[in-house]
Amino acid sequence: MRKETILNACVLLGLLAVPLWALSVDEPFIITLATKAVIFAIAGVGLNFALGLGGLVSLGHAAFFGIGGYTMGILASHAQNYAPLMEWPLVIEGTKSMPVIWLFAVLFSSLAALVIGALSLRTSGVYFIMITLAFGQMLFFFMISWPAYGGEDGLVIYVRNGFPGLNTLDPIQFFGICFAILCIVLFLVSRMARSSFGLALSGARQNEERMQAVGMVPYRLYLIAFTISGAITGLSGALFADLNRFVSPTMFSWQTSGEIMIFIILGGTGRLFGPVVGAAVFILLEHMLGGLSEFWHVYLGAILLGVVLFARGGLIHLVAGREVAHD
Amino acid sequence: MTDPILDVRNVSKSFGALKASDNISLTLVPGEIHALIGPNGAGKSTLIKQIAGGLKADSGEVWFDGEEITHKTTVARARLGLGRTFQVSSLAMDYTVAQNVVLGALGHRGKIGLKGFFRPAMKDKALLEVAHDALAQVGLEEFANTITSELSHGQRRQLEVAVALTLSPKVFLMDEPMAGLGAEGSQRLTGFLDQLRHKAPILLVEHDMDAVFSLADRISVLVYGEIVATGTVDEIRSNPIVRSAYLGEEDEV
Repeated sequence: MRKETILNACVLLGLLAVPLWALSVDEPFIITLATKAVIFAIAGVGLNFALGLGGLVSLGHAAFFGIGGYTMGILASHAQNYAPLMEWPLVIEGTKSMPVIWLFAVLFSSLAALVIGALSLRTSGVYFIMITLAFGQMLFFFMISWPAYGGEDGLVIYVRNGFPGLNTLDPIQFFGICFAILCIVLFLVSRMARSSFGLALSGARQNEERMQAVGMVPYRLYLIAFTISGAITGLSGALFADLNRFVSPTMFSWQTSGEIMIFIILGGTGRLFGPVVGAAVFILLEHMLGGLSEFWHVYLGAILLGVVLFARGGLIHLVAGREVAHD
Repeated sequence: MTDPILDVRNVSKSFGALKASDNISLTLVPGEIHALIGPNGAGKSTLIKQIAGGLKADSGEVWFDGEEITHKTTVARARLGLGRTFQVSSLAMDYTVAQNVVLGALGHRGKIGLKGFFRPAMKDKALLEVAHDALAQVGLEEFANTITSELSHGQRRQLEVAVALTLSPKVFLMDEPMAGLGAEGSQRLTGFLDQLRHKAPILLVEHDMDAVFSLADRISVLVYGEIVATGTVDEIRSNPIVRSAYLGEEDEV
């Protein structure tokens, strides 16, 4: 078996073991931390699909994270207030059902990614980074100034949304849901990375001229990748909102985009489990260093510098070495 | 003579005051190798780009297989059947040799489809068959699992040709395929191109005169953006304008 495969299995098992241990010693807060790491990992896997495979450095993925979050917030707030979203021409009610919320979170965030991608992908390099950042900020300020759903204060959802057959208020059960979604997302992304589409997408990242010469349009490949990427990050946003039972415009902030990118850089750009490792380490650092000082980001910055300077491929590269070509 | 499959009609292209292509006309007929020679800076690569896409002619038309392609994109031209190799190897360097040729096979298939999002590309028998066939033709099959960036310069040139083969193009546009190959390598490639012309005609830009004189059915000589002569090998060899403008210079060096 390849070293990376073993490492990946260890990461997944570790991610599963920590909350189970926490359950046995009755530490629900640690379960919540692990859930947060899993949700961030999903967001990172989403961005990594565009960034790692397609080379699309998006500094606007908070937009999709936020859209996923607000999809949950808006649907659930209507449901808890018994106020339909609209009454004419047809009545649309809110919902407290997670699967329905996920469906809409994926739908809306992928639509947003399609539109933002279609415009942003006309540029490349630094301009692409700036345009995605600008779109993210646009939505951020829009959410702040839109009074209908809490504006700057955000929205509080009193009871976590439901999943058929499960008690989602039980931390370990909610963790289970998030963990299962992470596994499904990882499976789908690993399939896509090895598929014809993945081969072409990564080929376009390496050499656009070559792709054109074999008759493929890089723009189209990028746009599909960006849309899928936005959809995954949007789904994680809905889960994040459910974890906190609260959404606020902070989800749209550029700091959120930056954090999602930090997961990837910490763990390893383009590696399937890069963002998973990155998110777990990030939460760990936040928990441990955050206890030392309010300004724990200073240490995070130093660690990030260390990774960028001395371990370019991230932590996975450090442990498992160079990526082996897919067979 | 049969109808040309590639027909460049009075193409001109200027960069500021520099006339890179000055009213160029040339044709490529089935079964032939048409070599394009000329000193550095004569505008050979500019012309290739106007045929393959990437540069738009200021005036004139490019016809391919009975269709005007002057305003088509690079991708559209590739799909119509223009197979191109680059002067400077242009490959996906992090990929294995096999992955590069599979990319070509995938491009030739023309669509990815829903299945193409979930089925592993490197286990797709149809793609692999095309890929390995192309590698075998250029003699690279034993390097199938080598990372492209680890190939020698000459092997990269061979891989370029292999990728072009996977597209089963109607015409090959080859921009200096012999460059940097060494004597043995270019001899091998010469033998290969000699056979290849029966599959699809080749427009060959080349500096290696031995190769050009042994392969070409026709030669066009490009000097300062202008075609000063077109003819058979013997005609070009004995053409006084060519001798002074190009071959003569070469002799002095």
